[in-house]
Amino acid sequence: MKVRVTLTVNGESREALVPVHKTLLEVLREDLGLTGTKHGCELGECGTCTVLLDGEPVLSCLALPVETEGCRITTVEGMAEGGRLHPLQQAFAELGAAQCGYCTPGILLTATALLADRPSPTRQEVKVALAGNLCRCTGYTKILDAVELAALRMGRQEART
Amino acid sequence: MTKSDFAVIGQPLPKVDAWAKVVGETKYADDLFLPRMVYGKLHRSSHAHARIRSIDTARARAVPGVYAVITGADLPRVKFGILPVSQDEEALCTEKVRMVGDAVAAVAAVDEETAEQACRLIEVDYEPLPALMSVFDALAHPEVRIHEYGDGPNVHKSVALQFGDVDTALTGADLVREDVFFFEGSNHLPMEQHAAVAHWGSDGKLTLWSSTQTPHYVHRLLAKVLDTPAAHIRVIATPVGGGFGGKTEPFAHEIVACQLSKLTGRPVKIALTREEVFYTHRGRHPVLMWIKTGFTKQGDITGCHLRTWLDGGAYGSYGVASTFYTGVINPVTYKMPVYKFEAARIFTNKPPCGPKRGHGTPQPRFALECQLDKAAEQLGLDPAEMRRRIVAEPFTKTANHLTITTIGLGECIDKVVEASGWREKRARFGGTAARAAVSGGSREGGAGCTPVVQPEPPSPKKPGIGIACSAYLTGAGTAIYWNDMPHSGVITRADRSGGVAVLCGATDIGQGSDSVLAYLTAEVLGIEPKDVHVHPADTSLTPVDLGSYSSRVTLMCGMAAIQAAERLRAVIFQAVAQRLEVSPTSLVARERKVGVPDDWDRAVPFAQAVELGEAIHGVLAFPGSYAPPKRAGKYKGGGVGPSPCYSYSACVVELTVDEETGQVDLGNVWIAHDVGRALNPLLVEGQVEGSVYMGIGEALMEEQVFRKNLHKQPSMLEYKSPTTLETPEIHTILVETDDPEGPFGAKEAGQGPLLPVIPAIANAIYHALAIRIDEVPITPDKILKALELKRLGKPARVGPVKLPLFTFKEPIVVESAFGQPADAVVKRPFAS
Amino acid sequence: MIRLPPFTYLAPRTVDDAARLMAEHGRDAMLVAGGTDLYPNMKRRQFEPKVLVGLRGIRELRGVRGSAGGWTIGAATTLSAVTAHPGIARDFPALATAAGLVSSPQLQNMGTIGGNVCVDTRCNYYNQSYEWRKAIGFCMKKDGDICLVAPGSSRCWAVSSSDTAPVLWALGARVRLIGAGGERTVPLPALYRDDGIEYLAKRPDEVVADILLPPAEGWRSAYLKLRRRGSFDFPVLGVAVAARMDGDIVRDARIVLGAVASLPRPAEKAAAALVGQRVTRELIARVADLAAGPAKPLDNTDFTHPYRKKVTRVFVARALAAVAGLRDGGATSEEVA
Repeated sequence: MKVRVTLTVNGESREALVPVHKTLLEVLREDLGLTGTKHGCELGECGTCTVLLDGEPVLSCLALPVETEGCRITTVEGMAEGGRLHPLQQAFAELGAAQCGYCTPGILLTATALLADRPSPTRQEVKVALAGNLCRCTGYTKILDAVELAALRMGRQEART
Repeated sequence: MTKSDFAVIGQPLPKVDAWAKVVGETKYADDLFLPRMVYGKLHRSSHAHARIRSIDTARARAVPGVYAVITGADLPRVKFGILPVSQDEEALCTEKVRMVGDAVAAVAAVDEETAEQACRLIEVDYEPLPALMSVFDALAHPEVRIHEYGDGPNVHKSVALQFGDVDTALTGADLVREDVFFFEGSNHLPMEQHAAVAHWGSDGKLTLWSSTQTPHYVHRLLAKVLDTPAAHIRVIATPVGGGFGGKTEPFAHEIVACQLSKLTGRPVKIALTREEVFYTHRGRHPVLMWIKTGFTKQGDITGCHLRTWLDGGAYGSYGVASTFYTGVINPVTYKMPVYKFEAARIFTNKPPCGPKRGHGTPQPRFALECQLDKAAEQLGLDPAEMRRRIVAEPFTKTANHLTITTIGLGECIDKVVEASGWREKRARFGGTAARAAVSGGSREGGAGCTPVVQPEPPSPKKPGIGIACSAYLTGAGTAIYWNDMPHSGVITRADRSGGVAVLCGATDIGQGSDSVLAYLTAEVLGIEPKDVHVHPADTSLTPVDLGSYSSRVTLMCGMAAIQAAERLRAVIFQAVAQRLEVSPTSLVARERKVGVPDDWDRAVPFAQAVELGEAIHGVLAFPGSYAPPKRAGKYKGGGVGPSPCYSYSACVVELTVDEETGQVDLGNVWIAHDVGRALNPLLVEGQVEGSVYMGIGEALMEEQVFRKNLHKQPSMLEYKSPTTLETPEIHTILVETDDPEGPFGAKEAGQGPLLPVIPAIANAIYHALAIRIDEVPITPDKILKALELKRLGKPARVGPVKLPLFTFKEPIVVESAFGQPADAVVKRPFAS
Repeated sequence: MIRLPPFTYLAPRTVDDAARLMAEHGRDAMLVAGGTDLYPNMKRRQFEPKVLVGLRGIRELRGVRGSAGGWTIGAATTLSAVTAHPGIARDFPALATAAGLVSSPQLQNMGTIGGNVCVDTRCNYYNQSYEWRKAIGFCMKKDGDICLVAPGSSRCWAVSSSDTAPVLWALGARVRLIGAGGERTVPLPALYRDDGIEYLAKRPDEVVADILLPPAEGWRSAYLKLRRRGSFDFPVLGVAVAARMDGDIVRDARIVLGAVASLPRPAEKAAAALVGQRVTRELIARVADLAAGPAKPLDNTDFTHPYRKKVTRVFVARALAAVAGLRDGGATSEEVA
């Protein structure tokens, strides 16, 4: 059964005619060309395919487009504003938080939601928030460092404006 | 050179590919979508061991949207394998399947769903054979042969080497220990599942994009198995989403994608599921180990005798090398005057094991370091001090003729001992007194009620602290196939824009090889890393690099890149010298200029310097080549183990163990790593932290278990990879020894630091509770079992008790080279 | 990629419509709320419904409402929302804890409390791909007729793997079910059957609409979960304890074990031994032994089953100590090996 879905992805309205059983992950990657969203298991067991749905991290491998119509979907491609990187992206690049980079989009989005909710999280809070995103390269150390650095910078920016 | 002499080297710079990775632009293999592309899927065996009677693909072919269905009969009948001595694989099995998950047939279809549906309709008629699921089974049933070749029935490889008179050395020791250990083995679990896209063009040329760490070896093997000239095959390694050794050889899905593309005339993608990644495997070998070592009262090693039995799985893979690696690196760490080593790799009906981070060495390292801990206790020595005392000497040879250059291990031990508060904690933790718990990662809260005042019982969480050390090679000294060509090649081309292109076959698997190439080139040419454009891993464009394995890339590509850049710089200097009317030797390149330091105002901008050079020399493109010094021991098997230099690590782990539940809570890990020189400390730390992490997973939770002939848990959920919550704070200390063999003194960092973590955890658990878990992973149930034994007054040890009945062949006996000075003159081929 | 099989997706706007659609499509249809349990199972072909009835668009199923009569939690309320609700956290800390320990943060944002209460029973011979199950020989829970964990068994031993169910049971929760033929409200225990396959006692057309909690009124609660990691993993042992205290005397107590059987398993004798008693360490030890006695884990989850059995006693003791306000060294919310 094919359905026409209208998804709001990264602020843009995108239409697709897709089988209803195609997951959001598959539609983003295969129908909308947004391959920044990765996958590591497709069963909800690794966090790699995380996107934001109305600002909350969810697993795109377990979401159906028909269930996400009317929601704001944010993928890694939607994090930068214009030519300006999100402070998390900047910090991840600077601190070597992306090694192979495959888990990076999902982690960036989870961290985005965390910082929106808690602008200055403790390290333990960052760990708890990122506990649903596996990374096999970094030992998480540089990832945690980068989230802390981004939080600090965003806090300063906030203070200035 | 000192740090201040460098402009780029030693700086904590971002990786050159970091920006693409954080915005989601990096194209991994599965991100490629070509016009008219179709999807391939493999039909895999449901039997662990069976003869194939027939394969019926008719129903699969009839499915609408199916373009091709193939079996092994549709491929040239030629076996392959990564090592020339183990050509035992078929992309699609024709006569026999040797494990659940062996590929038997394949489908290409309009989409993955259709391909999967068609795959399920393929019917294979099997004649089941007995499945041999362990080393013991395989040796007990020589009448059931998994392969027809090898060093005996189901024995893939057997080696025995002896360096000096070990028996006498052990007889003369004050203490001789014999211990048995088991290491269960593990999967790499890269976040990216393997994927490949093949396009056999109408011009008869084949291009394969693949998530591979070794495009050169894939290139060679494709030519062989597809019976097509290598000159018409191009292999491009896409950025690899995690390798750790799991993508280091050609695989069925790559070969099949190519063949399906040929048959359908379309690009074909095959992306493995997570479960298929577990079948593709090539992970850490399960190894059973017996180790006998003699010690003096002071803690010196008099000699060591090690036996290892490797559970190889169904195919050869890198197994011959793995077998050697369980023995040959051990003498590199401590003074070990004589050494005997016997090993056998046994075929079983499980996914084939191969190289995983540390290839063959974490297992014996676990054995040796735990045994040292036991010996130190018996001798009344502090385990850190004992290790400090016996660290090998720099610029000497080991018993087994390996050449050690620099060693920073003493300093590594000192640094972790100091940073961890080792002495104080060693005295305070352990024993039976009530102690405070070490900070852990578990979340608090839940009951929501006010405490009633009653005397608090002693905490069940007992703290402990343990240490271990290790060494690892910086690049294998020999290639997979014997040849006299470079191991690594670079072409560096300057253009009139001032940009510099670096072409190199190396594959960036996240370790940062593209970045290292840019840093080294920028350093030599006095430009910024951003000015360097790295073009990696394309067999049509880039000079061969053997691949991202054995921690060889930074050193070997690095040396080649420096050579190429220096050749380019020489020509540029010649041209600028003419223009400025100075001697080329008076020139320096820095800040994107070339000039005389004392007359910097006249310095020529780099882009202009390139134009001057091009005007004189023509196109500015220069090769760099590297091959390691030829140091293979002059005995059979001497080719495995030599490396330009060895890295060293020391690790201290602080943890608590809950004596009621057996749960281990890691508090802190301190690790000091002798990296020679940190070309970029940020990247080196990242490699060390990642190694520690992977070691933790293997030590405590990653289980590679089979039940009823199947992998028990081929999923991300049930194969337990540590999350942020199980990963402790990792304190990394870098030690620099400026090794003469490495690029600007650098040694490896990507594998060695994994090794000491596992025994350090085991030793810390012993310190906490006085129980020995002599097998990995150390799970809570094993801890409770050991505590139960302790309560019953029995030896508080859980570990293997049985060794296989296996007669090793007579050893090759060689004089020990222990303590001999390293050769004064190092001959490196291609060093101009 | 592992992908979903085809199906028709229906999105009713009311619970009544959902129940009606379920009745209409019978065995072909399944309900889906968060999808976090259903979709992985469908991808592995453990479930192959032709029709999915989505509950996401039904407003009345979402939200937490408090009243004098207690709390009402709409079944499609996400686990994150349950955890974050200040009233729940105050009155039923064990429930907030349990919901916050389900799988991963992402999954808690998607998964619902109704879904967790109805989560499929698990077995590591069953939660595997179609190809894996085919290779080992299909079991009676799907596609086969034997039990692989207890050969010769005529029943399925798949394990109840809900974190919230044992807690809700201990808290005396009821569930409101709406079916095609009308609605009924039953005690939560009446929702379960001791069978790994037919583990729910509700009719297939019945939709769990609300979870009703009585007023807290002096009840304290705690939940301890055994699993390998602090995230992702299902419970391989859950211990829910609720007690009403009068000073340090126990007036009422319930102990319910999760992941030791095909349904949450109340430890009634153990709970009874607490009532009227002053909580001491000696009492806790005795009660923990009583509670752990009936637990008979089989070798079909993570960890060895003898280990899970051993830890049951420890966890019950720790949960009791937490509820009684005795510190006992262990973490109060979660145990991770």
